[in-house]
Amino acid sequence: MKDQMAEGRVVGIDLGTTNSLVATMEGDTPMVIPGVDGLNLVPSVVALDPVPANGGRPTVTVGNSARKALIETPERVIYSVKRLMGRSLEEIQEELKLFPFRLAGDSEAGEVPRIQLGELRFTPPEISAYILRQLKRNAERFFSAPVTQAVITVPAYFNDAQRQATKDAGRMAGLEVLRLVNEPTAAALAYGLDRAKAGTIAVYDLGGGTFDISILKLRDGIFEVQSTNGDTHLGGDDIDNLLLAIALNEIHAEHGIDLRQHPGAVQAVRKAAIEAKILLSTESTAHFDIELPNGDRYQREIPRAGFEMLIEPVLKRTVGPCKQAITDAGLTPEQIDEVVLVGGSTRIPAVRQLVDELFHLAARGKRPHTELNPDEVVALGAAVQANILAGSSKSTEEMLLLDVTPLSLGIEALGGTVARIIQRNSTIPASATEHFTTGVDGQTNVAIHVVQGERELAADCRSLARFDLKGIPPMSAGLPRIEVKFLIDADGILHVSALEQRSGMAAQIEVKPTYGLTDEQVESMILDSFDNAEADFAKRLLIEARNEAETILAAVERAPSSPAWNRLTSDEKTAIKLASDYLNKAKTTEDAAAIHEGTLILDHATRRFAELMMEAAVSTALRGKTMNTAGEELAETVTAPHAMAPAEFK
Amino acid sequence: MFKVIDSAVPVACWSCSIGHNDSTLFCPHCSKIQPPPGGDYFSVFGIEPKLSLDLSALEHEFHRLSRKLHPDRFARALDNEKQWSLADTALLNDAYRTLKDPLRRTQYLLKLLGAEVSAGDESKEEKSARAPADLLEEVFELNMQLEEMRSARATGETDLALEASLTQAREKYHVLLEAVDEDLRAEWDAWDEGDNVQRSSAQKKMVALLDRRRYISNLVRDVNEVLGA
Repeated sequence: MKDQMAEGRVVGIDLGTTNSLVATMEGDTPMVIPGVDGLNLVPSVVALDPVPANGGRPTVTVGNSARKALIETPERVIYSVKRLMGRSLEEIQEELKLFPFRLAGDSEAGEVPRIQLGELRFTPPEISAYILRQLKRNAERFFSAPVTQAVITVPAYFNDAQRQATKDAGRMAGLEVLRLVNEPTAAALAYGLDRAKAGTIAVYDLGGGTFDISILKLRDGIFEVQSTNGDTHLGGDDIDNLLLAIALNEIHAEHGIDLRQHPGAVQAVRKAAIEAKILLSTESTAHFDIELPNGDRYQREIPRAGFEMLIEPVLKRTVGPCKQAITDAGLTPEQIDEVVLVGGSTRIPAVRQLVDELFHLAARGKRPHTELNPDEVVALGAAVQANILAGSSKSTEEMLLLDVTPLSLGIEALGGTVARIIQRNSTIPASATEHFTTGVDGQTNVAIHVVQGERELAADCRSLARFDLKGIPPMSAGLPRIEVKFLIDADGILHVSALEQRSGMAAQIEVKPTYGLTDEQVESMILDSFDNAEADFAKRLLIEARNEAETILAAVERAPSSPAWNRLTSDEKTAIKLASDYLNKAKTTEDAAAIHEGTLILDHATRRFAELMMEAAVSTALRGKTMNTAGEELAETVTAPHAMAPAEFK
Repeated sequence: MFKVIDSAVPVACWSCSIGHNDSTLFCPHCSKIQPPPGGDYFSVFGIEPKLSLDLSALEHEFHRLSRKLHPDRFARALDNEKQWSLADTALLNDAYRTLKDPLRRTQYLLKLLGAEVSAGDESKEEKSARAPADLLEEVFELNMQLEEMRSARATGETDLALEASLTQAREKYHVLLEAVDEDLRAEWDAWDEGDNVQRSSAQKKMVALLDRRRYISNLVRDVNEVLGA
């Protein structure tokens, strides 16, 4: 191991609604670290594996291998969990109508909601922690060294609770989160790395579940955010849901089958909807062709024009935030020099058209920037920020990011109105000092309610924290003078401290998040503590590599008994044979890297086989068998190669 | 964590123990970051309190200090350095935000001088402040029109004449605001360059001008609300 690693590497992580990525700097260039399957994107899907035969706690699978379980055992899988991060039970009611999230039956208002996965329950930060740990392991495999520090990106418009929940998830995954970076800002960093230019840029970030717009000024390596706006519940998921709703309604009306009763089938239709959406970015029509349980086929053409009409209301919701951000920056659209597009949904031509109109681009002979892959650019920027924090590289030495708080911070005043103490778009860290006193003689407590948002009434804003200033020395009403300092740190998270000025006593204050986990709760949810122990590291790598190898070899051994096997060409079969022979030999050695490489080769050789299996699995699931029998069949037949990713958490 | 130290008292550097005046972000001897200094926002930028500022010089200094103070530069530093970097950067940002904006800067300076100024970061309650005498009649008329417009909106009617009249009123208030701003700028110069007597007179005028300005911008905001921006 090289000396420079002694301090450990800081990786950049994009914890996305749909996909997550981990990235690092190789010299002066940021790059995404691929997973064991060779792919850069890790789907943000978490599945609880079946209960082991010995009755122990089931393991958890993340990513592509968890995806397959969406159709097989939908009640043991969760996706888009980012939509639930830092949100209360009341707030997520809307989500529950659109997503198959199953809340634990005993969830109570005021506590962090828990998701029922099979027989276990998880909070949203725990689910996210599993994804983060998969990314951490991917990075460790890549470096052959432990990774314990990370920069994680969040939507710019995330509030305090959502940011705190993300940080908690990092801690549970065994990562010290050195900084939360806003996604659009990260994208700007990725773009700005090799172009030391000055100017004003707008980042339009429409992802799977969130929308952000940020306006930045670039000058001498300083990226100064002028304003930001957005919607934490707007994205590609909403488009998928529109297509899904049409298909489900039409299937019900035309064929009399209510697929909503079959979670696995709904997921199969959702998959078809997503494929159609993606196709419509390049083709003028797409088709639904879905075999129904009764043998009928649901067929439908989706012309692009119709699709664009359908999604227009969704896209229009990005207009208001963009205009507000431009106004808040004190600019007109013409004063914005460059526009950067981020997020998979910006591949949709109608989105590009809208952006062009919003910023008058074509009229000024400009085009939006799309040179960097919109799925990867945020992770790449996170890696740049990680490098800035590590302070170890010449290429980022001159760079500095000055971000803002997206929402105003206020205190509930008499009559339920909000007294704003830190305005939105203030550069962070930012602070404000307020003075409080007592209303009754001898009063020793003062209750304070902190809210975040732009509305006039506290009830319409997001409640951040209620806390008591305690231990105020008894005095006549109005005499104590309690100075409370509110500080938003560089992660956008609030800290509060207080001092009683007449007595000079630091009042003891208890900041209790209105929603969120306590420190003790987070501590108890840390996935495993031995994970960071360096001594075990090499051993663990070897064990993991062997497990990976065993899993895939076992799957390949069973493969010839599957009907899909016969659909492979003889060349493909030979390639699988050669690769498995190689791996069989490699796994007897102590060389984790060689075993891992052999697994990758075999994984690659069996990819088409896995696709054929998946196809078979989808139509089986839809052919009207109960989900259980389909699942059992799948468990016997579908094993490779998605099942091979060593994503179990013991 | 936010100990405010009397700025006249020399303090010892936490790192090199050599005493220095507490108005500095970095130790003059060992260059280590120091806890947030006492003193006002102007002193963060090393300038005397004044109202006409060179904004590009201010921005340049803001960037220079940000590069040295920002928590990103202390990600792997000692815990106390991290804390002070956070507190110092918050102070720097608060100071820059206040000083770069002409109105906030004026309000801040007046407050430093002990004048009663409301922040103007408007909650709705404040708008009922006294109407300037010369505007009383018009404001009465305007409020009636706003009321009419609201009830018209509620029933889905459009009253083009009323809309035109409100738009006209808005333009007029914009002109009035510009006049106030010009008067304010004149008082800035009077304060920046005047003796104590001139300063005190400028101070009083600025307080009155700020009241007037806040009153008129609230009117503009109300009209905007009714007209839908």
